[in-house]
Amino acid sequence: MTEHVLRLQGVRKRFGDTEVLGGVDLTVARHEVVALIGASGSGKSTLLRCVSLLEQLDDGRIWLGDLDISDPRVAPDRVRARIGIVFQQFNLFPHLRVIDNVALASRRVLRTPRSQADAAALALLDRVGLADKAQEYPDRLSGGQQQRVAIVRAIATNPELLLLDEITSALDPELVTEVLDLVRQLSAEGTTIVMATHEMAFARDVADRVVFLDGGVIVEEGRSADVFEHPREERTRAFLSRFIGPGGSGSSVA
Amino acid sequence: MRSSSLPISDVEIGRRAYRRTQNTRSVLVSLVSTLVFAVVIWLTVVNTPGWQSVQRSFFDLETAIAAWPRIIAGLWINIQVLFFASIGVLVLSVVIATVRTLRGPIWFPLRALAAAYTDLFRGLPLIIVLFLVGFGIPGLELFPRNSAQFWGTIALILTYSAYVSEVFRAGIEAVHPSQRLAARSLGLSHGQTMRIVVLPQAVRKVTPALMNDFVAMQKDVGLISVLGVVDAVRAAQIETAANFNFTPYVLAGLLFVLLALPMIRLTDWYTARLRAREQMGTLL
Repeated sequence: MTEHVLRLQGVRKRFGDTEVLGGVDLTVARHEVVALIGASGSGKSTLLRCVSLLEQLDDGRIWLGDLDISDPRVAPDRVRARIGIVFQQFNLFPHLRVIDNVALASRRVLRTPRSQADAAALALLDRVGLADKAQEYPDRLSGGQQQRVAIVRAIATNPELLLLDEITSALDPELVTEVLDLVRQLSAEGTTIVMATHEMAFARDVADRVVFLDGGVIVEEGRSADVFEHPREERTRAFLSRFIGPGGSGSSVA
Repeated sequence: MRSSSLPISDVEIGRRAYRRTQNTRSVLVSLVSTLVFAVVIWLTVVNTPGWQSVQRSFFDLETAIAAWPRIIAGLWINIQVLFFASIGVLVLSVVIATVRTLRGPIWFPLRALAAAYTDLFRGLPLIIVLFLVGFGIPGLELFPRNSAQFWGTIALILTYSAYVSEVFRAGIEAVHPSQRLAARSLGLSHGQTMRIVVLPQAVRKVTPALMNDFVAMQKDVGLISVLGVVDAVRAAQIETAANFNFTPYVLAGLLFVLLALPMIRLTDWYTARLRAREQMGTLL
């Protein structure tokens, strides 16, 4: 078993003339929860999309375990099946029932027999309190319920890494808690998570490590308590003060 | 719908009464104006100087009865052609649409071929395709001798697939890219993503347009008569020539309308249902 689930080395990504990621180095250990923070456009989402091979790198290397997944000879579908990703807009399949959304990857990618995949999907839904919605279509569910289904769909194949891309940004404030509680639960169970988030209080509470991105480079990273309480860099301080207020010790997030 | 058992305020009772009288008046006005219009048209036509002879040569009951068996037999051929052509069009157009949405340079030749096909067959008049395929391909003496009916069906498939594939392509492109992203992120291959996630949603989006194309094809199957197939149109032509009376054409035309009506109604119903579902609770 490898020590590191994910390792990035000098990862660069350009869109046209804009450099969105300007050489990112990052290592994520097993069972670790890493929060990516930073303003919109700082490269958080692009970083996650590069890791899940939804974007092609312009330079640098990414390893998942011991496998260099930036090597073009690696089959991307195999890699993606080992990484779960949850999006801001849920992206559930509207024409499939909740249970089919969850069981789809097990059935089609892992080739698990249908009855077995469905039973596992139902157990997962039960765990997040949505077993009674298994036969519904996604648009009958609230935003928070849909996002919980999306999380469950992402972990249905037992991925070794879970990526969360601002999963509460599209939710009404009163629905955020139910989604974050689920993430908290997953992290307590030892799921390795990398999440881009604007929920500073949550990041501070749940993440082992916080990475502050600005302009496509890592400005500061460290234990979450350290980064939030004693940011070393001026840019980090400026960013955090917008959320937490000057002094940096407040805890409330609107 | 609100439950009628709830107590209703006097204001609402007044509004409902007002709406009811307004509705009744609107219905009456439109009914009367339609009737008046129809009667005026009828009287005008019947009083034209040539009406007597037109009635004899276009609406003659005896000729219609005499032509009936032959035209019905012909219509059965139209229905058969329609059946096989529909299946052919569905299969071919989905393939073409899928090819046209493939990305990446390695697919360029296939994509270009598909684009050229839709350009060519959307531009070519159906009747010319019918002649070229119906008389040209058998002339190659490459295939075993197939009937004109067979090649007519092929010509219809070629022409209509070009249109229908564009409808499917529009549907495929109307499925939000994030759906594809979500599917691929689960590890589904491009083909699986297309089959399981994109196409089912695309088909739903374009069903009304597809049904409309089906109605269009339903009457265009009559054009295979130019290849000498004795379908309903050809049968009507033969009967007309035999009796110097155009009634068989009118009869065949009416039968085509009857054939199309269920599909037209189904299309209207489905479109209305879609609209109702998407605009729940709004007035406009």
